[in-house]
Amino acid sequence: MTLVADAPASGPAPEAPIEAFTVTLIIRRFDPDVDDEPRWQDFDVQMFATDRILDALHKIKWEQDGSLTFRRSCAHGICGSDAMRINGRNRLACKTLIKDLDITKPIYVEAIKGLPLEKDLIVDMEPFFASYREVQPFLQSATEPPKDKERIQSVADRARFDDTTKCILCAACTSSCPVFWTDGQYFGPAAIVNAHRFIFDSRDEAASTRLDILNDKEGVWRCRTTFNCTDACPRGIQVTQAIAEVKQAIMRGKP
Amino acid sequence: MATTIESPRAPHTVRRSRGVNWEKWGWIYMRASGVVLLVLIFGHLFVNLLVGDGIKAIDFAFVGGKWSDPFWQVWDTLMLWLAMIHGGNGMRTIVNDYATKAVTRKVLLGAILVAVVAMIVLGTLVIYTFDPCPVGSPAELLPSFCATR
Repeated sequence: MTLVADAPASGPAPEAPIEAFTVTLIIRRFDPDVDDEPRWQDFDVQMFATDRILDALHKIKWEQDGSLTFRRSCAHGICGSDAMRINGRNRLACKTLIKDLDITKPIYVEAIKGLPLEKDLIVDMEPFFASYREVQPFLQSATEPPKDKERIQSVADRARFDDTTKCILCAACTSSCPVFWTDGQYFGPAAIVNAHRFIFDSRDEAASTRLDILNDKEGVWRCRTTFNCTDACPRGIQVTQAIAEVKQAIMRGKP
Repeated sequence: MATTIESPRAPHTVRRSRGVNWEKWGWIYMRASGVVLLVLIFGHLFVNLLVGDGIKAIDFAFVGGKWSDPFWQVWDTLMLWLAMIHGGNGMRTIVNDYATKAVTRKVLLGAILVAVVAMIVLGTLVIYTFDPCPVGSPAELLPSFCATR
């Protein structure tokens, strides 16, 4: 039995194909086994306006140059793996859409600054996490919680530090900070944000310890309020404001 | 052979024991002096440029007259000290932020310190030793209010 083509179905008219653009990416490459210093390499990729920089990197890695190295895990702006410097601004590659960039010019992609470059877009995150650990980012309380109950907190008390709970530790803020770029002692915005999250938590009892740590010569006082961190944060945390609140808490001597 | 790119940041050293926290007091000084300077500078501009004949009144005699008044001596001294230290501290933090080599940093910080100290010393000296009518000067060089003229 042969199939006979039906008469054209009376469905919706076929949609026009989605327009694709040729986008040029100039990526700062560094292979420690071959290169003496980082070099810029350009790639042309066909992208849709709704694609992200991460899709462009995938396309390059899968179709053009498998040696391109970058970190990404969830690819949806939650894990904080793919922070990179896109056109000179720290962004998550998975949250930066092609349509939001000027594709008449090449798009520059490089690793975040201030941390040791390991390969292509990958940096050593250890200094970042070292200063994160230094502010003791965990709940500390000498009092036992009510038996078989959680520690109760009012809605207002929870709202006090709500903004800084959103941090995903992607290092976009810290590696956008001009003080962090050179000063090996400075904690960087992310560590202060995570200290803020516990300093202003009504259930936590170690606020004075953390304020003491951050009152160091190179603690919060090195902050120049350039707002690079607030601009870079993919979660929209008001980072500079959080740092200012910690400064005020130190002056007051309590949260 | 694998190339290692060295860390861009200064090496992390063990934190020193506490003494006076200069960085904190510097931060507070910048805020406090900034507020005072707003009043002093705009007061200065208002009196010099807007009151009376305005900018046309400014000449040697105008400045001489102001500095014979202890009120303006104190005003200008305050303005000089607060502004020079405020500006010097601002320059210091910029050098700390961007000078990567220890030698460059030392040289630049030293130059800023010398400039600030020199300006403060010279300025203060001028404000308090200024004599609009020096004895033995030719009369035509002296302002109108001098007794010798």
